[in-house]
Amino acid sequence: MDRRKAEETFFKWLTAICTIIVVGSALAIVVTVIIKGAPALSLSMITQTPSGGYYTGTAGGGILNAIVGSLYLAFGATALAIAISLPVALFLQRDYAMKSGFTGFVRFVLDILWGVPSIVLGMFMLTIMFFLGMRASLGAGIIVLALLELPIMIRAMDAAIRSVPDKMKEASYALGATRLETSLKVVVRQALPGLLVAILLAFGRAIGDGASIMLTSGYSDRIPTSLGDPVASLPLAIFYLSGLPYSGAKEKAYAAAFILLVIVLLVSMISRYILKKFSKYVVK
Amino acid sequence: MLKPHISVQKLNVWYGRHHAVKDVSVDIPRKQITVIIGPSGCGKTTLFRSLNRLVELTEGVKISGKVLVDDVNIYNPKIDVTEVRKKMGMIAQTPNPLPMSIYDNVAYGPKIHGAKDGKKLDGIVRRHLQAAGLWNEVKNRLLDPASKLSSGQQQRLCLARALAVEPEIVLGDEPTSALDPVSSQRIEKVLTNLKKNYTVVVVTHILRQAMRIADYVIFFYMGELIEHGPSREVFKHPRRAKTRAYLKGVIS
Repeated sequence: MDRRKAEETFFKWLTAICTIIVVGSALAIVVTVIIKGAPALSLSMITQTPSGGYYTGTAGGGILNAIVGSLYLAFGATALAIAISLPVALFLQRDYAMKSGFTGFVRFVLDILWGVPSIVLGMFMLTIMFFLGMRASLGAGIIVLALLELPIMIRAMDAAIRSVPDKMKEASYALGATRLETSLKVVVRQALPGLLVAILLAFGRAIGDGASIMLTSGYSDRIPTSLGDPVASLPLAIFYLSGLPYSGAKEKAYAAAFILLVIVLLVSMISRYILKKFSKYVVK
Repeated sequence: MLKPHISVQKLNVWYGRHHAVKDVSVDIPRKQITVIIGPSGCGKTTLFRSLNRLVELTEGVKISGKVLVDDVNIYNPKIDVTEVRKKMGMIAQTPNPLPMSIYDNVAYGPKIHGAKDGKKLDGIVRRHLQAAGLWNEVKNRLLDPASKLSSGQQQRLCLARALAVEPEIVLGDEPTSALDPVSSQRIEKVLTNLKKNYTVVVVTHILRQAMRIADYVIFFYMGELIEHGPSREVFKHPRRAKTRAYLKGVIS
């Protein structure tokens, strides 16, 4: 057979198989979580805080503390990370940083930060907390998760912003717009779909991370009322529950994982809906 | 002759080590169409982009010399670059609509320069869409995305957008190169109408287009200004051998 044709067929199958592996693993995880967690799921689990039993609700009650805690942590961290990431990503445009050497260095630093294990970020944050006399709290958790989100959010925003054509920016400059006006009114609008994906990716990383907040946000069976209160979270609920020797604890861990998945799914679906509304004017 | 509107004096532009515009001095007359011609890669677009300082956006660019607009050097560090650019409306090589509605594309410039009143903006948008010959085609869908227009319509939209900041000078960088013949003709016609009120500078590599619309011609070759003058003189009696060769189609 023709050699080129054989190569073509081989790569066609390779792409298909690899895609199946990725999608299959994701589905397998979801199915496992559903099968193992569904029996333990109950209304009280998502509407009640634990009624004793070492924070985790094995004595009764639910894990509302962890659900709300995780939402507080992830949304707080994502808001903080957006506030920092968007200016940095806009700065990385050539328009602001005329020297491409420096932007290359910034991207390099971000890539290193991306590779730092989240437990190390937690340890780093703990050092700062000791120094400032802070205790494990919602506020500290938000800061460390924002730190975890920054590299992925900035790099993904950077990619989205770099895909805005120079010609489009020039149209704005030629009308006498400043860099700020061009960035906010043209670049951000055009890059909006990519920016939203960046935010989603970062949000997903933050809500699913346990190691960074293990040392910094503590755990509590109550819903925090201030940034200074310790806070429960779903990843740590899963972690603690899965290690408990009581009957039903592992099922509850799976149920918590299921809730976490549903939250990620809902947030992603809602933002895709929003995206459709706002990307009407994007020039393709 | 009237006092020149733009006066380029000893302008040099380097991209890194590449000397793209070499010691160019030329006056651009007021309320006429000046056409910059020359083969591709000759530096005519660089010269053109120096007129509204867009050339500065290129990394590693170095500029020396002066560009006087109404006797004010736009490269004076004290000059606000946004004011320089506001005086000049630019149409790019390919249509570059902004990611917003047809209406907002035209209103964008006036808005950033302080226009807030809704009714006034409506009037500005309408007037300039009419000047660009697009109003009748879009008046019933002003809130549609600009990217939904055909490329010929988009180019006229870009012209309307450029005119909406009430510039004194209209710059066109090969403004018809991406368009079909009918759309090109419309743009040429609009440009010809514009010279009543504006100084028009157009870069083109289409010689016949230059002959159709130019009042004044600047011929560029390898980063150097070879010849410039009223179009009749340059096209009928070119003084330099290189100009003659280019007009005959020997060099391109």
